[in-house]
Amino acid sequence: MDFKHSYLNSVFWPRLKNNRLALGGGSVVLVLLVISLLAPLIAPYDPSAIDAWKVLSPPSWQHWFGTDELGRDVLSRVLFGARVSLKVGFVAVGIAVSIGTIIGLISGYYSGIVDAALMRVVDIMLCFPAFFLILAIITFLEPSIWYIMMVIGLTGWMGVARLVRAETLSIREMDYILAARCIGCSNSRIIFRHIFPNAVSPVLVSATLGIAGAILTESALSFLGIGVQPPTPSWGNILTSGKDYIEFAWWLSLFPGLAILITVLSYNLLGEGIRDALDPRVKR
Amino acid sequence: MARFLLKRILMLIPLMIGITLITFTVIHLAPGEPVEMQMAMNPKVGKEARERLTKFYGLDKPLHEQYLSWVGKLVRLDLGRSFSSDNRPVVDKIKERLPVTISLNVIALLLEFGLAIPIGILAATRRDTWLDKGITVFVFVGFAVPTFWLALLLMYFFGVRLNWLPISGLHTLGSDSWSSLRYLADMGKHLIMPVMVASFGSLAGLSRYMRSAMLNVISQDYITTARAKGLPERVVIYKHALRNALLPLITLLGFSIPGLIGGSVIFETIFAIPGMGQLFYQGAMSRDYPVVMGILVIGACLTLIGNLIADIGYALADPRIRHGEG
Repeated sequence: MDFKHSYLNSVFWPRLKNNRLALGGGSVVLVLLVISLLAPLIAPYDPSAIDAWKVLSPPSWQHWFGTDELGRDVLSRVLFGARVSLKVGFVAVGIAVSIGTIIGLISGYYSGIVDAALMRVVDIMLCFPAFFLILAIITFLEPSIWYIMMVIGLTGWMGVARLVRAETLSIREMDYILAARCIGCSNSRIIFRHIFPNAVSPVLVSATLGIAGAILTESALSFLGIGVQPPTPSWGNILTSGKDYIEFAWWLSLFPGLAILITVLSYNLLGEGIRDALDPRVKR
Repeated sequence: MARFLLKRILMLIPLMIGITLITFTVIHLAPGEPVEMQMAMNPKVGKEARERLTKFYGLDKPLHEQYLSWVGKLVRLDLGRSFSSDNRPVVDKIKERLPVTISLNVIALLLEFGLAIPIGILAATRRDTWLDKGITVFVFVGFAVPTFWLALLLMYFFGVRLNWLPISGLHTLGSDSWSSLRYLADMGKHLIMPVMVASFGSLAGLSRYMRSAMLNVISQDYITTARAKGLPERVVIYKHALRNALLPLITLLGFSIPGLIGGSVIFETIFAIPGMGQLFYQGAMSRDYPVVMGILVIGACLTLIGNLIADIGYALADPRIRHGEG
């Protein structure tokens, strides 16, 4: 543990700190977290307060991002939308990473038939266009944010499984695993105490990038009307009205889209930065 | 080569079985029977119709028999009839829409590769210059732009603001009676924005990939040799390096197919293009079971075919694979 600590302090953080893009991405990620936590305090209006006198009014000092077709303040809705997006991102990726890690660990550790079978399942799952699979499953469920998270998670674990498997395959051959086996550690102890902590760093990268992907998927689903249901604001469903009123109200399309772009971009930059900082081949 | 092909095609069989198994599971994950669902959708359907449906899906039989009979019908391309009011066979519905989606995606793929390869080469050969950095920024932004938002922005600028391009459908109303040249030009105009949106999605990733493949090749010894014997840089890059850098791109082609097909749901819905993606979306929205299941299987099979074509391409390009243990 001491060694790990010093690695974090001496290599990982300095490297990450030197990467200006990653640092920028990380800062935006933090700001977004704060925004979504404090949305009720910083939003200038109630996101669902209808004002019939201000329907589709363009950006102004009262309404920085304008108002939508029901006269609701778009800025407030975008701020509250951050909550939905981040929640979906974190939970969906949590599910995907848990499934992927467990399958990857089992597959890599036991190898043989178990490995072959699990990896064929991965191959088959990868044949389905992910968006089709998600749509098909959601079709049969009542629209709810929890189902969305589950389905995005259940269709997104394959990459993580492959990564963890590859990592496990090489760690399994290390001497300290042999040592652990010699002193009589059980398989599950070896997997979770000895292999898992060492296989986890690539997962960190794909989790960060995965959050970006999940946010994109959720916004696309909500845009198509099968994701987060109105009146709960999400970036995707604000864009749906953006499409309906595209001829009169560009602000309905511009701002939520920018929010998605900035969020996804920041997570991607942070993820790439973590990847570079963890990669021993990248020299400084 | 023949042996390689045979082997590769035999490998498809377990994958096909897996695809049908997963699709079947998805059907049965659904709470309630499909028949109930159709009843709920269309309460006018009588008892007799309900029995007919139960019979078609074999819902009164045990699960494994249901699966086998479903696969049996699938093999004969019988996907059942759509739940929608036209009640047509799903296969016919898919048949008329598949060409639209495939040709759109092929055009998008060509455009994507046609742009990504030169962009990647430029970035790699001018590494760490402002050009490379500019391309990197473009790539990161490209990764982060939601395709449907890009579609909205394009619609707003080119469709609404400038009024240059039509924003929906494939044809102008009444274009049937036009001369074939004018008809085609009209269709081309309708296709510009959807193709742009479809190809933009993977353009960023692809050019990034091309850049790193190119950098990887340029650092090899034989490139140094080629330079040392005095070949002009142009020949070194385009003749010696490019060929090898292109190899991994072939595999990527196979991988990008599910994304393209999945993405077609989004741009076909936005631009009202009568393709498979739109059919799937409409099917999903109206819980049109047979349509959703049919397209799910066909979408996965298209991916398989795409991967097969990519593998064959790879084998044709790389003798090590063709003659190897493979």
